[in-house]
Amino acid sequence: MSDTGTQTPQFDAIVVGAGPSGNAAAYVMAREGLAVLQIERGEYAGSKNVQGAILYADALEQIIPDFREDAPLERHVIEQRIWTMDDRSHTGVHYRSDDFNEERPNRYTILRAQFDKWFSARVRAVGATVLFETTVTELVRDLTGRVIGVRTDRGGAPVFAPVVVLAEGVNGLVGQRSGLRKEVQPETVALAVKEMHFLPREVIEARFNLAGSEGVVIEAMGTITRGMTGTGFLYTNEESISVGIGCIVADFATSGETPYGLLEAFKNHPSIKPLLAGSEVKEYAAHLIPEGGYKAIPQLYGDGWLVVGDAGQFVNAVHREGSNLAMTTGRLAAETVIELTRKRADMTAANLARFAARLEGSFVMKDLKKYKGIPGLLHGGKAQFFGTYPRLISQAMQTWLRVDGLDKKAKEGAIARSFREARGLRGLMGDAVRLVRAWR
Amino acid sequence: MTVLSGVKVEEKLFQNRYLVDAGRPHIRVRAHDVPSAGLLAMTTLCPAGCYAVNESGRVEVSADGCVECGTCRIVTQKTGEIEWNYPRGGFGVLYKFG
Repeated sequence: MSDTGTQTPQFDAIVVGAGPSGNAAAYVMAREGLAVLQIERGEYAGSKNVQGAILYADALEQIIPDFREDAPLERHVIEQRIWTMDDRSHTGVHYRSDDFNEERPNRYTILRAQFDKWFSARVRAVGATVLFETTVTELVRDLTGRVIGVRTDRGGAPVFAPVVVLAEGVNGLVGQRSGLRKEVQPETVALAVKEMHFLPREVIEARFNLAGSEGVVIEAMGTITRGMTGTGFLYTNEESISVGIGCIVADFATSGETPYGLLEAFKNHPSIKPLLAGSEVKEYAAHLIPEGGYKAIPQLYGDGWLVVGDAGQFVNAVHREGSNLAMTTGRLAAETVIELTRKRADMTAANLARFAARLEGSFVMKDLKKYKGIPGLLHGGKAQFFGTYPRLISQAMQTWLRVDGLDKKAKEGAIARSFREARGLRGLMGDAVRLVRAWR
Repeated sequence: MTVLSGVKVEEKLFQNRYLVDAGRPHIRVRAHDVPSAGLLAMTTLCPAGCYAVNESGRVEVSADGCVECGTCRIVTQKTGEIEWNYPRGGFGVLYKFG
């Protein structure tokens, strides 16, 4: 839709969406005195949002330094378990440290719907106008194609602002339907499903060896995804456990597996089942996760618009980081808009390019660049990485640990042979080289 | 690992809160004779089990339990077999924990 561009902007900026990226952008701009309108389709912020969820403190601390005083935090993470699983076992790397019991803990488990509600209240407290139950249906452009406002499903006249920050999430329709970015591809997006299992806090603490608000998180990969590229997780909250599993959509589409069947099997895995015993399930959720990494990042700015968070594919799949990238990109977008507003500079693509420059200087782009080869590596090698190797690792551990009269040198030989037979020397070397190349 | 058959997604969805916009489904399957592989895959891939094949071999959607993930939209983007919009503001799934 086109307009003449003669309308007077009612706001300095419009933010589409009230997830972590939209809230970060709206908060920072409103705090610095900009007139901000934020539009969210849910009844409240968080009502449409899903995450594991782990909150990485640093990204939020840079926006709201005192967030610990009243944010709804569940447990601070003192132990990380990384598991490779076959059908009957898990082999784990666990790291637990009392250093994580610090005054300002580094990572927390959270419940996203409640966290987003809190963040949104903070956004309103610094003066932003937030409209709930309102879906942005399209961008309004002037004759030159520049974005000058939005229309919503409330009807009526459009709302105008010199810049629109699209924080509309992985399944955001506005930017895609306006041709600002391409559609998300089934090969580079994961579908994750999750359940909330409630248990008394004493039970969780005894089961996971925790005291007070200490928490444990488990990330798992292996035969649990039945040859598809994906991972499972289990996070301890105050009085609940979040358990979920996700795989690349294209893999699901060809495998015929159901997401809920996969989740049910994961919950019934002998390593997971006892952790959930006796729990009461209170919610089942599903959400897409952008996993294409650096190569999937779309155009992030143009005349009158910016993209932040999941809509911009800002997820580090290797480290399971997303909401921190969302908040950081939201903050950097806000800082860009604030700078231009104060200089009375136009919100042109050339000026908004400063957002990209800010991103390049931050951990966001550095990390995504570092792992740009990983999605391709996993896609090309999913049979090995999610089947062959997890099984081999389990067999090797079992061969090594069982005391059965076989001498240790023979055991070493059997383990080495099992790897050679499964992948061949060339296959093993190739996998190692590809992994190192994709990692560095 | 235990092989599970007949996992009922309806029992999972029963836990969730929805505000259904009666008579205004936000997803429609366009008229078709033979569903594409992608559309057919939605009968297993949809995390809310909204898709089913009817007696005439066509795929139908019942979006009341939809969790608005958008998977079907992405899988059928090339064939255009699904018309997908968000529910009107305020309607649809309401996550309490998310």
